[in-house]
Amino acid sequence: MTRRTAGRGWLLGLALAAALVAAGCGGTDDNTGGGGGTTQLSGNIVIDGSSTVAPVTEAIAEEFRKTQSGVQVTVGTSGTGGGFTKFCNGETDISDASRAIKDEEKAACTGKNIKYQEFRIGLDGLAVVTSAQNQFLDTLTFKQLAEIFKQGGAKTWNQVDPKFPNEKIAIFAPDTESGTYDFFNEEVLGDPKEGGFKPRSDYTASSDDNTLVQGIEGEANSWGYFGYAYFQNNKEGLKDIKVAKEGTTGIQPTTETITSGEYPLSRPLFIYVKDDALKRAEVQQFVKFYLEQTPQLIADVGYVAAPQEDYTQGLSKLQPFLTTS
Amino acid sequence: MSSLSTEVFAPSMLRRGATRTAGTIAADLVFSALLFVGTLVGVIALATLIWSIFDAGWARLAADPIAFLTGFVSRFPARAGIKVPLVGSAYLMVLTALFSFPIGVGAAIYLEEFAPRNRVTNFVEANIANLAGVPSVVYGLLGLGIFARFLRMGPSLLAGALTLAVMSLPVIIVAARESIRAVPESIRLGAYALGATKWQTVRRQVLPAALPGTLTGTILALSRAIGETAPLLVIGLPIVIFSLPNDLRDPVSALPLLIFDWTSRAQAAYAEAAAAASIVLLALLLAMNAVAIFLRSRYTIRW
Amino acid sequence: MVATPPELSVTRRKARTGERLIVNALFTCAVLSIAVTVGIIAVLLFDAVEFFRESSFFDFLTGTVWAPGQGAGVGGRYGVLPLLNGTLLIGLGSLVVGLPLGVLTAIYLSEYASNRIRGVLKPTLEILAGIPTVVVGFFALQFITPSLLRPIFGEERVFIFNAAAGSIAVGLMILPIIASISEDAMRAVPSSLREAAFGLGSTKRQVSVRVVVPAALSGIAASVILGLSRAVGETMAVTIAAGNSPKMTLNFFESIQTLTASIAQTVRGEAAAGTVRYNSLFALGMALFLITLGMNLLSARIVRRFRQVYS
Repeated sequence: MTRRTAGRGWLLGLALAAALVAAGCGGTDDNTGGGGGTTQLSGNIVIDGSSTVAPVTEAIAEEFRKTQSGVQVTVGTSGTGGGFTKFCNGETDISDASRAIKDEEKAACTGKNIKYQEFRIGLDGLAVVTSAQNQFLDTLTFKQLAEIFKQGGAKTWNQVDPKFPNEKIAIFAPDTESGTYDFFNEEVLGDPKEGGFKPRSDYTASSDDNTLVQGIEGEANSWGYFGYAYFQNNKEGLKDIKVAKEGTTGIQPTTETITSGEYPLSRPLFIYVKDDALKRAEVQQFVKFYLEQTPQLIADVGYVAAPQEDYTQGLSKLQPFLTTS
Repeated sequence: MSSLSTEVFAPSMLRRGATRTAGTIAADLVFSALLFVGTLVGVIALATLIWSIFDAGWARLAADPIAFLTGFVSRFPARAGIKVPLVGSAYLMVLTALFSFPIGVGAAIYLEEFAPRNRVTNFVEANIANLAGVPSVVYGLLGLGIFARFLRMGPSLLAGALTLAVMSLPVIIVAARESIRAVPESIRLGAYALGATKWQTVRRQVLPAALPGTLTGTILALSRAIGETAPLLVIGLPIVIFSLPNDLRDPVSALPLLIFDWTSRAQAAYAEAAAAASIVLLALLLAMNAVAIFLRSRYTIRW
Repeated sequence: MVATPPELSVTRRKARTGERLIVNALFTCAVLSIAVTVGIIAVLLFDAVEFFRESSFFDFLTGTVWAPGQGAGVGGRYGVLPLLNGTLLIGLGSLVVGLPLGVLTAIYLSEYASNRIRGVLKPTLEILAGIPTVVVGFFALQFITPSLLRPIFGEERVFIFNAAAGSIAVGLMILPIIASISEDAMRAVPSSLREAAFGLGSTKRQVSVRVVVPAALSGIAASVILGLSRAVGETMAVTIAAGNSPKMTLNFFESIQTLTASIAQTVRGEAAAGTVRYNSLFALGMALFLITLGMNLLSARIVRRFRQVYS
């Protein structure tokens, strides 16, 4: 019985592990010496919140990395509500929000002694959409939108408008954590305590706007809503529906109508930054970068820049926190 | 239950005089065809899957493979790269191996060589068998509850590696046990006869002999761990992250997570990117499996 | 168990104490596996109990609406039945795909195939088993639904996310499990049984179907239950392709949500510790763990109880 030295098995295994570690280590040289003549910062910035605002934050983080590769930025999409819960729990540095912070959330933050700054960073038009395959939808009034999304609302399209076919409405909309959801309900359904409606719960809900886009694209009788950027970036498969407030004609969401406020479902986008986080140089620079670069970048992402005063005001709000220039 | 065959066969065969009727032959043909088709469906499905992934992703990958492999994620899908998740997966794999291999092999050695045949041992063995069948997402919950939250590791490289290690443990134990079991008694007895202690025998004779099989099993377990998304998703590892981890406590991303995210994005360009990333992942798995099979065929000692 | 060395003379007493330490270390490794199980149960139980403190257990078991509420725990409905419905649909659907194909493949491999073909087929099955579930999910969404289901069953009937695509994907994933374990069971049937049947004039088909399969039945049944357990635990393919709409339905062309997909969805959407929504994760995890544990135990029991004893 011959016996091969299985000792070589050890070597092979070790070599494999070493190769992998080497491959991994080969990547970390990216963190030393980034670009530009500015001081190289390092640190972690944890950002979470609205999936509507996330594309802007991601774009900023992407550009920021080019000059400050030592700073690790992570962007999560727990939803505006979920983001605030984490923010007021001290888990995140910056919270993306597609609506202003609510009173309960403010209370939660004060309760944990978390002070923060609010910055307006852009404008979004909440786009109401259907599939590009859809033939019959063009304009919907606020009343009709409420009819679709309220609890116990329409199940088939002809219940919304007798001229529409008798087809089941396939609803895709954000879930309860979403600021977009909150905004839509406030604007369209109103306050349930004051004659408004409660939203329905029997629809395809997702915190992931991309899932909504996929769903709406795939169904001819679909209906849904999300941030304008998601419509802009997926124009081929989607059709935007003009929205009409009582007594007016339907307005289509475009950069102009959103900026002017003519589009009835325009809303501001925010980031909230912890005061504690602003004590760190990398966070200061990041927020500064955010406020300076967003007007240029935001069109890429698909949203609309806020009026310039918003950014200037933001920068002056930031000024006292800056330890470096 | 061998009476089954006589009951079923003898009377009917004798009745018909054991001839092959036309009906029988027809049934045979149909059945063979059925078997053929049934087996082929699986193979065709696999082929279709691989073809469709390549069809969707090859152009994207081949257009600029270096940029794809070394680039960062981007808001422009055409520019997006997989560097961070790819390196993240590599880191995770190495750490997972580091955690799970020693413990797995240690447990296997104990169970095979030292454990007395009693109820405790049986219980441990049954427990390991059950752990092998627990869904990966439950391991993710374990990682979330204990590593990420209770031990305050957060969604970090360490938490991810520990979770994957725990998940791979049962598989490695089983593989190691089988290799150890395959070593014949004569080897051990010979060592004892020469005056070796139990541990000396294990360390110098049994283990080296069982090592190739153990390594093969470990690499296969790791290749499975690398393809897993659910546990990492549940722990909360980030997907949009622009830098590599410097430290065990830094957040890290992984290739399957990225594929999942890109699959969920509706733009057609992301679907291509997801397919391209899938090709990379499949290639990685193929490489690992090839190494494992190579180890198995080249170094396994035939007793 | 393996032989132990005979107790010999004094010379090895020193080695003995060091050896004891080593054996204890190895014992610790083995016992760590118990720690893992304890850890899983503890984590699931602890937060699940928190969940049931705020949300009715009765509603959980009998409620037909799963609609997690706002992060502040306002107005969520946590009935698990729609999720069980979804999981059941996927489980059964995947068996419809995986069981016949798996058993047929096993019969072919065990009874009909030449060694060369086996040498090609078995690795192919291993490859199929090794494809990561995200990739299979991607395939299901990008190919199975648009290019297979919709052309056959009609664009109108098949929702973009549907249980059928998920079932096919998961079915493909459990096919190798069923095939491989069933094949092992069939190969374990002693040739004497086959030869007796051949001797009586049976054809290969008759031998396969009437002798081998019944004799291997316990193994096949075990493989089916294991496959089902795997299907129940499958997360990514169903999250991507089968949808995220918890509902009670028997229509395979609708989008549904499984237990696992709900966990994945909740984790992506929000996981702020301490909220009802976060704790619901662990209630679901508990349900999942118990279901798969039950199935795995059942499978082992079947193998033990009904295994043919060949003299």
